[in-house]
Amino acid sequence: MARTAAERRQTRLAYGLIAPATFLILLIYVGPILVVFGMSLTDYTLVSDYYEFVGLENYSRMLEEEPFRNALWNTFVYAGFLAPLAFGLGLIIAIAIQERKQFRSILEVLFFLPVTATLTAMALVWAALMDSRQGVLNGTLDLMGLPVLNWLGSPDLVLISLAIISLWALMGFNMVLFLAGLTAIPKSLYDAAAIDGADGAIDKFLRVTWPMLGPTAMFVAVTTSITAFKIFDTVAVLTQGGPNRASEVYLYLAYLEGFEYFNMGYSAALSLIFLLIVFAFALIQALFIDRKVHY
Amino acid sequence: MAGISTTAVRAPFSLTRRRIAFHVGTLFLFLGAWIMIFPFIWMVSSSLKPTDEVFDKNFTIWPNTFAGFDNYYKVLFEQPYLTFLMNSFIVCAGILIVQLLTAIPAAYALAKLKFRGSTILFGAVLAGITIPINVTSIPIYVGIVKVGLLDTYVAMMFPFFVSVFAIFLFRQFFRTFPDSIIQAARVDGFTEIEIILRLIIPSAVPAIAAFSVFSFVAHWNDLYWPLIVVSSQEKMTATLSMLQYQSAFDNDYGGAFAAATVITAPMVVAFLLARRLFISGITMTGVKG
Amino acid sequence: MAQLSLDSIKKSYDATEVLKGVSLDIADGEFVSLVGQSGCGKSTLLRIIAGLEAPDAGEVAIDGVPVNDLPPKARNIAMVFQDYALYPHMSVADNLAMPLIMARLPLAARLPIVRHLTPKHRSERPGIRGAVEKVAHQLRIEHLLDRRPAQLSGGQRQRVALGRALVRDPKLFLMDEPLSNLDAKLRVQVRKEIAELHATSGLTFIYVTHDQTEAMTMSDRVALMQGGTFLQVGSPNALYTDPQKLDVAKFIGSPEINVLPGERRGGHVALMGRALNLAIDGEGPVQLGLRPEAIAVADAPGLIFPAELDRAQLIELPFQKRLLEDLGPEILLHGHFAEHPETDVRIRAQKSGKLRMDGPTASRDELTALIDPDMILAFDAAGERLAAHTLALQPAGAA
Repeated sequence: MARTAAERRQTRLAYGLIAPATFLILLIYVGPILVVFGMSLTDYTLVSDYYEFVGLENYSRMLEEEPFRNALWNTFVYAGFLAPLAFGLGLIIAIAIQERKQFRSILEVLFFLPVTATLTAMALVWAALMDSRQGVLNGTLDLMGLPVLNWLGSPDLVLISLAIISLWALMGFNMVLFLAGLTAIPKSLYDAAAIDGADGAIDKFLRVTWPMLGPTAMFVAVTTSITAFKIFDTVAVLTQGGPNRASEVYLYLAYLEGFEYFNMGYSAALSLIFLLIVFAFALIQALFIDRKVHY
Repeated sequence: MAGISTTAVRAPFSLTRRRIAFHVGTLFLFLGAWIMIFPFIWMVSSSLKPTDEVFDKNFTIWPNTFAGFDNYYKVLFEQPYLTFLMNSFIVCAGILIVQLLTAIPAAYALAKLKFRGSTILFGAVLAGITIPINVTSIPIYVGIVKVGLLDTYVAMMFPFFVSVFAIFLFRQFFRTFPDSIIQAARVDGFTEIEIILRLIIPSAVPAIAAFSVFSFVAHWNDLYWPLIVVSSQEKMTATLSMLQYQSAFDNDYGGAFAAATVITAPMVVAFLLARRLFISGITMTGVKG
Repeated sequence: MAQLSLDSIKKSYDATEVLKGVSLDIADGEFVSLVGQSGCGKSTLLRIIAGLEAPDAGEVAIDGVPVNDLPPKARNIAMVFQDYALYPHMSVADNLAMPLIMARLPLAARLPIVRHLTPKHRSERPGIRGAVEKVAHQLRIEHLLDRRPAQLSGGQRQRVALGRALVRDPKLFLMDEPLSNLDAKLRVQVRKEIAELHATSGLTFIYVTHDQTEAMTMSDRVALMQGGTFLQVGSPNALYTDPQKLDVAKFIGSPEINVLPGERRGGHVALMGRALNLAIDGEGPVQLGLRPEAIAVADAPGLIFPAELDRAQLIELPFQKRLLEDLGPEILLHGHFAEHPETDVRIRAQKSGKLRMDGPTASRDELTALIDPDMILAFDAAGERLAAHTLALQPAGAA
């Protein structure tokens, strides 16, 4: 119990240092999360200050209502298309770039460029490229003798089109993460593998690259999935959920309910479910990250 | 243990086949790279064209009729895009400064000082990293409405004043700073504040720079929060203005893409100037799992 | 068993010429070390022998068969890497089995999932397991088979790396600084084990190191490299006692050889102005090398007088001691010749077991050093060895 004056001074200092951050964390994270939870049990709307406790009604409403199921389904379709491609193409391109040392930096820059660009602005460009009548994409299809597509206007295609835009914006990010993972693999492992007889592309990938990339791959898979679930910007700019709700994704629905219709209680419930989904992904990652390869 | 078995070797290396595959791969990579940058090329090209040429069937990179001057003049001087850019800059800079001011001291305390509650605080930081703004936006919005700060810079910046990610990141970074040096500094009579200012921060410059890029880019490109709290032209950010464009300038395509170019340019140019820093900054979420 | 020959191997990276046309023949069962400072080209040469790099020019032949166009796996070699290069995601047993799996199973039997459908996957398994266990037994690592590399100590990893190399029954055993990640004590032990492995296996060993002690203790021959060429190739003894270049004399031996300025006048050599009983043809400055143990201390109770010094022709030089290091069985004296403060001289002397630190030898700073001209290694200004011989004894020159 004999704490020196210096130790006590240090403790006081520590509290001083954490005070602003702690205060803000309470105000920006802890408080709002508690309020969201409380709000999700009420029929609060911003319009009137009067509200009632409605129990789990907001949650049961989700299960019953078509828009929720529609938004969840749309998000899954979109993510199911985007995530595997963003992962796989990112990995393939990273491996290919890694093997071409003389072009590495220029290719890295070109593939990464879309990541820095403001997606809302570039979404307008993509809308023009995907224009059903005069867009470059259909022009190219036409030139190759293929049928043209109504990229953003067709309910069957709109999610795929949005996923293509996101793929363009996201792939370079994954590529850079994979490149970092690849660079960290000791070169001597490939030498050892070559001496052991694993010198073909498939063997090198299966015996060395893929196992050594484990933690990176896990991380990329989880971040990509979470990013895919968070799609909002392109929908808000390009489709506003249309045509006919075919691109109404989860966060866009939550946004509409909360900030357009002011159904704050319901929107709060939607937000909490979304948080659970994100937590689930984070949990998967946390479980796997412990198995990280040590060397 | 027999002699070197030539039969075991399939067509010695098949060197030529490998080389051809290698070059074909390179070709595909550059083709892919072309697709990646084509939207930029198309955007800049269209921003130099008169409206009727933007959707011309025969796309040319260089416009047949050069309207670049008109388009950019309109965007920069007749429309409030410079204000939008300035708003974006003010918001991003304000967010970053407060983030650094709150995160660095907290991270140092978590990394190097012993105090009760540090585990709880760190736990809150870790949990906070997974919570996106979309989840907490409703109460924060309601709070802002109640205090009457809607459509102000403070409202635009407030939810990002503390970055739990920055605290986590800096803590990890500070932890690697040798305790022996801190102890030597204490013996030499440095106060704890001096230690932070003169030893820790200079050593953390790469992490701070990378985080700054990360934060700046993230908030520059953010659409969700400005969409919720901004209602006037005076406070509109560059990103948000693109949403407005969808409806407002339907007929002026050349101008629309000049505006898009102006808004995209700051981040792209900054990226091209400081590639390493940008790549490490934007992907820094990947540095530590 | 394999004989290896290297013929005018050249290799450049960009503008830097790393290997400038080196040739060497290594006999079957020989243990040859490639030694040199980092950047001398030794590792590149080893990688070229392994087939991990292709030479720009020249030929590598194993048992007379050129192997330039063969990939590593077809050369029937084994290699131990500096960082061991164990597969961190595999158990020790799987690490040891890797070379056999790659050699004995076709691609389909190595793929995930698909492999369970292939007959080879099943049929080859017992044989591979047997070979792994045999090697594990030989290296006494049976108890580690289920562990991963991260759970092993440095010495254990080293053994696993050796095991992975041995399991494929190679003709040629290549090692790239295999001891550099071990602590000093372990290094001595593993050094002995590698030497024993060489003796019992009878394989041809090629061993790359920057540490001359490792090279000297284990090798049949040492090839000392510098700037992409061999300075000298020979037995450890030859390199130590008969270096052909000053750089060789300096690199081999610890503490470093003493180099003293000399002058040739009419075929006779003077050391710092003092005529020596030593003749070298030509005129001009020479560099005289003297191993630390080739200098004796006069009138020093407690020290053994080196038996190889010829008492009849010793030359006395006053020696100013600066520092005495007690190394246990021997002492090391640092200082300079009193009349020549610019010299930096090290003397190594065996204790007779009775050296007292408060005795005259240890406490005096002014000593007398004794030099035998016969022990001098003479080099010209460019560092090339010069032929020297002592003259018939003249009564006046005796000490």
